[in-house]
Amino acid sequence: MTDLIAIKGVTHAYQTDAGPLPVLDNLNLSVPEGRFCAVVGPSGCGKSTLTRLIAGLMFPDKGEVWLHGELVKSPRKTVGMAFQNPVLLEWRTILQNVILPLEIVAPSMPKAKKEARARELLSLVGLEGFEDKRPSELSGGMRQRASLCRSIVHKPDVLILDEPFGALDAFTREDLWQLMHQLRAEEPFTALLITHDLRESVYLADQVVVMSGRPGTTQYVLNIDLPSPRPIDMLYSAQSVEWLATLRKQIEVAQGRTPEKEAQA
Amino acid sequence: MTGINWQKIVTPILAIVIFLAIWEAWVWYKGWPTYVMAAPSDLWPAFWRFRWLFLENSWQTLWRTMVGLGLSVIVGTLLGMIMGLSRMMNDALYPLLVGFNAIPKATVVPIVALLFIGQHDFNTVLVAFMISFFPIAVSVAIGLSTLEPEYRDILRSLGASRFTIFWKIALPKTLPEFFGALKVAVTLAFIGTNLVEIVAPHGRGLGSLFDSGRIASNYPLMFAVLIALALLGIFLYYIVVILERIFAGWAERRPT
Ligand SMILES: Nc1ncnc2c1ncn2[C@@H]1O[C@H](COP(=O)(O)OP(=O)(O)O)[C@@H](O)[C@H]1O
Ligand SMILES: [Mg+2]
Repeated sequence: MTDLIAIKGVTHAYQTDAGPLPVLDNLNLSVPEGRFCAVVGPSGCGKSTLTRLIAGLMFPDKGEVWLHGELVKSPRKTVGMAFQNPVLLEWRTILQNVILPLEIVAPSMPKAKKEARARELLSLVGLEGFEDKRPSELSGGMRQRASLCRSIVHKPDVLILDEPFGALDAFTREDLWQLMHQLRAEEPFTALLITHDLRESVYLADQVVVMSGRPGTTQYVLNIDLPSPRPIDMLYSAQSVEWLATLRKQIEVAQGRTPEKEAQA
Repeated sequence: MTGINWQKIVTPILAIVIFLAIWEAWVWYKGWPTYVMAAPSDLWPAFWRFRWLFLENSWQTLWRTMVGLGLSVIVGTLLGMIMGLSRMMNDALYPLLVGFNAIPKATVVPIVALLFIGQHDFNTVLVAFMISFFPIAVSVAIGLSTLEPEYRDILRSLGASRFTIFWKIALPKTLPEFFGALKVAVTLAFIGTNLVEIVAPHGRGLGSLFDSGRIASNYPLMFAVLIALALLGIFLYYIVVILERIFAGWAERRPT
């Protein structure tokens, strides 16, 4: 298996009024094709910066970002993104919102074909019958479902999710977790999920990366060797509880509350 | 929504009728002569007598206002785009615009009239433009600069060009603010046109009709011009409202 996403020694600083702010420091990370990688870390450690680097929206001071064996030098049409804020366009219907990436990536595709593709996805996420509604007429969970459809409508090979479930209530969030597994089965992609919810990372990911506090670097990698889809009650297995405890400790180290040695003991 | 919402049409008409009735009653009660205060019933004869002048001059005022406003839309939007998309240009232009906007336009009219002697059409359009482009520039600038980065990123991450992002996201997202400003600008442009017609008279437009009413001490005519101005103002305003419905109707809060 080849690494679809490969981050090699990435170091980055933002230029601010108070001088350079180092955000990432020699970060390494690789995600094999078809795998689901979750990144957790203290807030402000550079997770969103990492997503922008992978998407080619900005470039690191040092180090390299590789996608599909190619060095990222500009944005690419094979990336899909979703954020905590669903950023749906209020002047478009849900269907037209989902179509948006196709207008950029495949401008010559017939309109009927674009719409058929969008409808297929919307019914997959349970939004059948809401195609002609405006975003404001939908609940937060439904909007996030539509946003997920938009992020995969053009069949990206890399899906970048920056805390997409962060603003949802606990029950809606669990629904969407299960939906993620279902989407993975139907629409194969390689995913990088930023989250601050450890349970979410264990339930969804094949690999959880803990980033250190700012400037962020790879502090710990946990492999979750379980098939997808997973039953939600896997979270209550002894194995999961142990994983969660391990991640919990690593986060405390990342936050600087526990010295590293103590956590390993 | 089906059919016509009668309440929406009848209520404002009723309000106008009540307003005119109170006005009429008040003048009658006070026994004011027309040179102090004309009553609505005095206005109609004035209107009717000068109906062709009213039509002709309304058109004169209307087209200069529209051309001035059109210029405002073009220049204001361009300025707003420059300021909204470049932090540095915003810092550079903002104080200039604020200062320019603060100058009372009544003082500008004679200067413009001197600068371009005899170019009445040009002068009028210019003042209508100068008085009305500011709100448009500011609203477009604010609309563009407050666009959340995620909105840009969903398209930029797919390699969309700056123009595509502007066309598909930034521009439509700014439309509600733009129309809000346009409602202010349309009235301002209208005021600008009349200002020139009265301060630097060139014998055309409703302002000049007002002036001839003043010179002839025809008070009902002067009041009738005021009413005509109000009607024309309402007309222009609602044209903008209709355009807003068409192009930014999605931003309207729906009854729930
Ligand atoms: N464009 C920027 N300019 C300057 N500083 C930034 C910029 N974007 C983010 N930062 C700062 O960089 C740090 C990391 O940001 P971010 O990647 O968004 O962190 P995270 O997503 O992990 O919370 C934060 O301290 C943030 O304030
Ligand atoms: Mg973030």
